[in-house]
Amino acid sequence: MTHISVTVDGTAYEDEVEPRLLLVHYLRDRLGLTGTPIGCDTSNCGACTVELDGASVKSCTVLAVQADGGEVTTVQGLARDGEWTELQRAFHERHALQCGYCTPGMIMAARDLLRENPHPGSDEVRKALEGNLCRCTGYQNIVRAVLAVAEGETAAGERTGSAQEVTA
Amino acid sequence: MTDQAVEREVGRARLRKEDARLITGQTNWTDNITVTGLLHLAVLRSPMAHARIEHIDVSPALERPGVVAAFSGRDLAGGLGSLPCAWPVTEDMVLPDHPPVAVDEVRHAGDPVAVVVARDRYAAADALEAVEVDYEPLPPVLDLEEALADDSPLVHADKGTNRAYVWPLRTGEDFEAVKQRADIVLHRRYRQQRLIPNAMEPRAVVVTPLAASGEFTVYSATQIPHILRIMLSVVTGVPEHKLRVIAPDVGGGFGSKLQVYGEEAIAVEVARRLGRPVKWTESRSEGYLATHHGRGMIQDIEIAATREGRLLGLKVDLIADMGAYLMLVTPGIPILGAFMYPGIYKMDSYEFNCTGVFTTRTPTDAYRGAGRPEATYAIERAMDELAAEVGLDPVEVRRRNWIRHEEFPYASIAGLTYDSGNYEAATEKALALFGYDDLRAEQQQRNERGDGVRLGIGVSTYTEMCGLAPSRVLRDLRYSAGGWEAASIRMLPTGKVEVVTGTSPHGQGHVTCWSQIAADVLGVPFEDVEVLHGDTLAAPQGMDTYGSRSLVVGGSAVHRAAEKVVDKARKVAAHLLEASEDDLEFKGGVFSVKGSPEARRTIQEVAFETFTSHDVPDGMEPTLNSEYLLDPENFSYPHGTHLCAVEVDTETGQTRIRSYVCVDDVGRVINPVIVEGQVHGGLAQGIAQALYEEAVYDAEGNLVSGTMADYLVPSAADLPDFVTDRTETPAVSNPLGAKGVGEAGTIASTPAVVNAIVDALRPLGVHDVRMPCTPERVWEAVRSAQARSARKEASA
Ligand code: FES
Ligand code: FES
Repeated sequence: MTHISVTVDGTAYEDEVEPRLLLVHYLRDRLGLTGTPIGCDTSNCGACTVELDGASVKSCTVLAVQADGGEVTTVQGLARDGEWTELQRAFHERHALQCGYCTPGMIMAARDLLRENPHPGSDEVRKALEGNLCRCTGYQNIVRAVLAVAEGETAAGERTGSAQEVTA
Repeated sequence: MTDQAVEREVGRARLRKEDARLITGQTNWTDNITVTGLLHLAVLRSPMAHARIEHIDVSPALERPGVVAAFSGRDLAGGLGSLPCAWPVTEDMVLPDHPPVAVDEVRHAGDPVAVVVARDRYAAADALEAVEVDYEPLPPVLDLEEALADDSPLVHADKGTNRAYVWPLRTGEDFEAVKQRADIVLHRRYRQQRLIPNAMEPRAVVVTPLAASGEFTVYSATQIPHILRIMLSVVTGVPEHKLRVIAPDVGGGFGSKLQVYGEEAIAVEVARRLGRPVKWTESRSEGYLATHHGRGMIQDIEIAATREGRLLGLKVDLIADMGAYLMLVTPGIPILGAFMYPGIYKMDSYEFNCTGVFTTRTPTDAYRGAGRPEATYAIERAMDELAAEVGLDPVEVRRRNWIRHEEFPYASIAGLTYDSGNYEAATEKALALFGYDDLRAEQQQRNERGDGVRLGIGVSTYTEMCGLAPSRVLRDLRYSAGGWEAASIRMLPTGKVEVVTGTSPHGQGHVTCWSQIAADVLGVPFEDVEVLHGDTLAAPQGMDTYGSRSLVVGGSAVHRAAEKVVDKARKVAAHLLEASEDDLEFKGGVFSVKGSPEARRTIQEVAFETFTSHDVPDGMEPTLNSEYLLDPENFSYPHGTHLCAVEVDTETGQTRIRSYVCVDDVGRVINPVIVEGQVHGGLAQGIAQALYEEAVYDAEGNLVSGTMADYLVPSAADLPDFVTDRTETPAVSNPLGAKGVGEAGTIASTPAVVNAIVDALRPLGVHDVRMPCTPERVWEAVRSAQARSARKEASA
């Protein structure tokens, strides 16, 4: 057992963990922060993406002990006083999620992208999200959501029908 | 009282009610569930495709830290029956025993052989290593045709055959006779590779026993809580009324969670024996072996046609890979396709023959379109071959054969009645959006220039059948369940509304759509409607969610249930207003007396009156609740036209999708945002089958593509932007006019993409590329076509 101190979503924790315990299991099983899901065992799907000291990581490839002394942000720590972040709003407004299983990881990965490159083009968004798999949306609306934030286009409220939605 | 909104909800681009929790991580996935005393279950799986279990000893696992119990298949056999197959497609179908944990023999890599239960998931996984198993290898059965040979090794020796069933359908004129008068007879063989579903949420199950009453609560990442409850009762012997099944948030299913899995039954049995709650969560690689696969077929297709490109007849010989066992609806999947091979076309003769074959691979079952993508692929590929043969544009060949708008309702040669459709309109719209003529012109120029990167254009026109029902048709198909769906509506005393639905969503946005439907009929605000689902206690009746049946059948049931509420409310309002029912108008949630608009009652006021029941008509039951079980009169038939332009590099074999346009007709649209999203997701899968995905087995029957690192699930970088649009030809067989949308994208896109690739390469002599059309396969196809033409030249 190894002692760790880690701050998650603004709360400080002191814990004894097995050295082999994955960060994602620490978050989910020990802290009960189940907003971060697991989608694979090969670090391919990105469902478990969180921020560790300001950079996005797949929490299934990081050991809890590696987060010792660090600061972790999960999707559960994003909203402030019930106010969603722009990305969360954009995902909602652009229908960028269906089952929602990939969504926490997508949002965390997209945050990372926008930090590095606040004005990406569509191809850059697609490239940046390559490590995050979604089986429901076909990605198009996820890309739209990220671009909308980059272009400062999100607004609360109902989305109006696009040109693609004309009715015969 | 203010006037209530009269704006219609149906058809409105409502943002989803579901999102708030999902976007903030306040989720309720099965693996999130934890209870005091929870034990973790891990499953030891066969490393071999086929072997006899000579010896197994689970006791060393008990020595490991944290382990509470361990069981072999024999240990569990007393408490657990065979896993169910609910679709005996023929009377003489071979139905092998399917123990949840193998007893004497394993029949596919991943077949469970033992389970270990421990205090935490790491300990349970570790302890699996301690279980001792000696296997005596048996020959694997992998090739579908060799499996049918008399001397083939057998997957189920006691059955004496690998042939699960033969299912024929013959309609119209005799096919041989039609062939006689045909100018052209084409024979093609297509292969549907196996696909691995990959719902992003792995399967998971938590069972909590209540020893005193013998009750069990089963949480499962399932699409089918109601069917699962029935089947778990049969498999475990726990009476149905002592089982409560809950599907909490479910992270995608795509058919792979339309199943009764061994692990669900095992968890009940272990919880029963230990009197403790148990959880099992699948790892992704474990899921690749243990969650059912999709597709897996060889299609021999023959078409007879005239020189003018008129179809005369179609013959399909299908060999379908069942895998090692028949699971819930395994045998029925290729049969669903039987009705769809004729597609949107008219013909005089149709012959279909399906042979289901056992192999030593993971069982197959429903997956994204289930039988219909396979059928559409074959006919749409063949139509392109016919076009090439007669020298016509592929779109023109389709025009010459399809059912015209004025011919609906149309009795298809396969015996279905297509209620409505307009193939012309969808196709015209798609061609215009796509810029078909310009692309054809560019293609010609590039071909003339001898460009190394070829442009290819692929078309696919399709129809499918959604909303599996009515029940009596399912009887004729020998499917052991009804096709109805249940809905109930409760108007609460405060005027809020609870809709209870028997469908069980996992990403499709039912809560939002059902709210829109109920809000419209009842005239209440969208926000005032809550939808309950996925829990056999809260929603005791239902047939669950699969095959794009939910809106068509379940949404229609909600609509009808809401109408029943309004009917009752009208009686009460008439009583309160001392008017005759016929004199009442109902608009925007307000009953008013014609001609005297000040005499009015809102439906919420009526709800309160019926709650107190102080003053309702004599003999009327209190409260404003209703229930409706809807058994539709027909399937529904979405259709559409998909167009794909690809650029294929003849040097590297690399394919790039340049543009993708689709116009789908899914009948009346409840929520255009959700429809568009569903189409996108389907397209991604259909394109992935064409270009990327395949479950690959080696000669020993090991799954080589056994992890996400080896199985190419496309990412955002692998897919293009789609242009999606619609025409709306309402269905006439349900009150909503809806047709279903979940599978449209998947069904139509695979042939569109492959047709485009073949179209790009046809001038080089290529007539087919096997899926997935990887760069290697494309390159290979180009090379062998070149070699063929070189040989021809040499011999000329
Ligand atoms: S769970 Fe971490 S990448 Fe898949
Ligand atoms: S929304 Fe279901 S996996 Fe992305």
